[in-house]
Amino acid sequence: MSAFFSPFISKPDSVSAIMLKVILALIPGIALYVWYFGPAILVSITLASLTALATEAAMLKLRRRPIAPFLKDNSALLTAWLLALSIPSLAPWWLIVVGTAFCIAIAKHLYGGLGNNPFNPAMVGYAVLIVSFPVQMTHWITPLGMGAELGFGQQWQYIFSGMLPDGLTLDAVTMATPLDTLKTQLHLALPANEILTQPIFGHLAGHGSEMIALGFLIGGLYLLAARIISWHLPVAFLGTLFLVAGIFHMVDPAHYVAPVFHWFSGAAMLGAFFILTDPITSPTTRKGKLIFAAGAGLLTYLIRVYGAFPDGIAFATLLMNICVPLIDAYTQPKVFGKKEKQS
Amino acid sequence: MTTLFKFHGGVHPPTHKAESTRTPIAQMPLPKKLVIPFHQHVGNIAKPQVRAGDHVLKGQIIGLPEDGISSAVHASTSGTISEIGMQVVAHASGLPDLCATLIPDGKDEWIAHSGIDFRVATHADVRQMLRLAGVVGLGGAVFPSDLKLRPGKHKIDTLILNGAECEPYITCDDMLMRERADEIIRGAEIMRWVLGADTILVGIEDNKPEAIAAMQVAAQTSSDNIQVITVPTLYPGGGAKQLIRVLTGIEVAAGVRSTEKGVQCFNVATAQSIYRAVQFGEPLVSRIVTVTGNVSDAQNLEVLIGTPVSDIVAYAGVLPDTDSYIMGGPMMGLPLPAASVSIVKAANCIIASSPKLFPPAQPAMPCIRCTRCAEVCPAELQPQDLYWFAKAREFGKAQEFSLFDCIECGACSYVCPSHIPLVQYYRFAKSEIWARESEKNASDAARERFEFREHRIEREKREKAEKLAAKEQAALAAKQEAAKISAAPAETPTSAPIDEKQAKIQAAIEHAKQQAAAIKPKNTEQLTPQQLAEIADIEARRARIHELAKSEAEPPRE
Repeated sequence: MSAFFSPFISKPDSVSAIMLKVILALIPGIALYVWYFGPAILVSITLASLTALATEAAMLKLRRRPIAPFLKDNSALLTAWLLALSIPSLAPWWLIVVGTAFCIAIAKHLYGGLGNNPFNPAMVGYAVLIVSFPVQMTHWITPLGMGAELGFGQQWQYIFSGMLPDGLTLDAVTMATPLDTLKTQLHLALPANEILTQPIFGHLAGHGSEMIALGFLIGGLYLLAARIISWHLPVAFLGTLFLVAGIFHMVDPAHYVAPVFHWFSGAAMLGAFFILTDPITSPTTRKGKLIFAAGAGLLTYLIRVYGAFPDGIAFATLLMNICVPLIDAYTQPKVFGKKEKQS
Repeated sequence: MTTLFKFHGGVHPPTHKAESTRTPIAQMPLPKKLVIPFHQHVGNIAKPQVRAGDHVLKGQIIGLPEDGISSAVHASTSGTISEIGMQVVAHASGLPDLCATLIPDGKDEWIAHSGIDFRVATHADVRQMLRLAGVVGLGGAVFPSDLKLRPGKHKIDTLILNGAECEPYITCDDMLMRERADEIIRGAEIMRWVLGADTILVGIEDNKPEAIAAMQVAAQTSSDNIQVITVPTLYPGGGAKQLIRVLTGIEVAAGVRSTEKGVQCFNVATAQSIYRAVQFGEPLVSRIVTVTGNVSDAQNLEVLIGTPVSDIVAYAGVLPDTDSYIMGGPMMGLPLPAASVSIVKAANCIIASSPKLFPPAQPAMPCIRCTRCAEVCPAELQPQDLYWFAKAREFGKAQEFSLFDCIECGACSYVCPSHIPLVQYYRFAKSEIWARESEKNASDAARERFEFREHRIEREKREKAEKLAAKEQAALAAKQEAAKISAAPAETPTSAPIDEKQAKIQAAIEHAKQQAAAIKPKNTEQLTPQQLAEIADIEARRARIHELAKSEAEPPRE
């Protein structure tokens, strides 16, 4: 009877179930990824998963924490999947291993493990990789049907040995991302509407990648429906991104593409529904969530348009992560019965 | 139709009310022994009026209310008092409290009693009658009802009868409303009269259609303005603050009395016992108790106060794998220290518990700030922050984040995916803060007492010395006078009397010091049983939370 106290009942739910649902919600996007770019992404997801679990177990052991319950919480797996989806699938195997190990060991466990990390671990991993290995981080695979195609065996061989089939160069099988292409060519003073007629662009944004974004949107809507995430974060993020991009586009359409392009390119959808929504690193108050996600939307746009990097989700997220304690402190809601009082 | 308001959050735990509403309220047979605690209400313990060996009649006062907040305690049946002594009672601390043991004589013979016409009597008379009838809030708070019928300087617009009964498993109010709706309405009329309220609103959750129908029929027999209102089933919608909010839109903040906002709220069972007390002069000697959980015949019983829990669960057919008992519901109930404890006025429900019915909580995981707790908190708090502060022992911060607005409804713990016993952390933080405050108050009081005593001793010393000196002076003057008279102007040594004076002052100081040493400060020894129980309660909670902290998967951060 020692630990027997009210409430004696609890809703059947758990951290590992929540994390698992988020992982499952990634599957439509991943399926479309495989459809448009081949199965290389499955290799990097597998590599990332194995690295994450091994690093998690090692860190728990070093920190003398129980290993089994934390390995089963699925949080390390989720981090691994998010990082794998953020970096080029044709990158060498060690890139994803180094990145994932950094996420789990440094960004998560050195801050105290699950629930204590101030920064989104997957985004810390991404930032470290793009700063440390900028060349490998450009190995974005060309969509199927748009140039030299690699079979699964050839993709596998390249990831692990760096060897391409005879007669193929890296440039033939990889290409710049749509966001990168747009940025480079805008610098060359080409008008935006002309750039977007090139074959790598599709209906909404990049050919293939726009469909992956759509897959993440579908997964995100499931998370909203299942009440795993609240609407405040994706709505404020996508809304701000749309609004800012829309204003720029209206003023100067030749230099600034339409807001829908921003929604469906890069990691915007992944960020809106899967990255900013990480509860550990986002604010707890409703008002705080709106501020946090709106800030991330604005920063994403500014980094995409004016920054040194083609996409801005990772740095926007990390910059807003820093602000979370401040945002929480200033957005405390009034408690029951004390709303009428003037603050 | 009245417009209803919403309160923030709330949860929908499985209600489990059908099990205990299949049969009408049954009369629990007279037990072999009754153990009646003298402290069954909020406030001061009742003062025993009987001795071992006394024969008492049913309804006879055995404990008188003492000062301010208190209430009377009665013999629940006729018989002989066999013992007055400390026994384990239904209390969180598991500590013994003063009880009267009554051996029934089987006659169940009432003491002479009669009611009054409340419309003729003064309000004060009605209140005094309720105080002596031991009527307290039967929803579980057991606050003396006479004190709640004192509106003070505030005009009461609305009297609310709470028939929501939002806690799972509990159905005693439901059955009472189905079967004794008239008595409830008559009680409400008395309360409305004394409070001078304009309207009576009865709030009942929509999962009790029979009770709603019965109350509506009964309300039509009244000349008062009574509305029976169906409210949505949502835990903790039966909390007084939540029900007041739902029915009137008024939010009564923590630390504010609802009367200041023109509302007073009573449980329906309290209304019924007020009617019995005023109309017939019947004190509160029994109550309806839901017996449910791991029993074969879950039902509602009319139980004499003091009946052992073991008797009533045996009557309801307790199943063999039962390992503990809960008083109240599964959300806010109290685990009973033993099955031998007796039914008290607060005991609305007894749930026989088994490991299958209420499996032990899963090991807690770290908080992932998912804010499901904040989404369900009816007090609109940020439970995840309060948890953090309680765990880190940042009690000042916890208070700043409105810890004391927490009503301990348990909704946060219920939804927590990390299985963190959040409410336990808040209870811990609250008791630590109380402990610190009472320590501080005690040390402040002790210091003041000490300073005053020092001051007094100093003053007494001075006064004694002055008196002595004056006496000496007078004696000396008299001597000198005598010497003058004897016309022998002898050389009077001026130094001698002064020395003598000093010595006497010194002796007086020594004496005072000895006296001071003999008187020891006794502030830690003169605690009432209630204070002792409170301290023990706090200690028990602290011990439990320490155990809890140890058992948690993630140890607290260094």
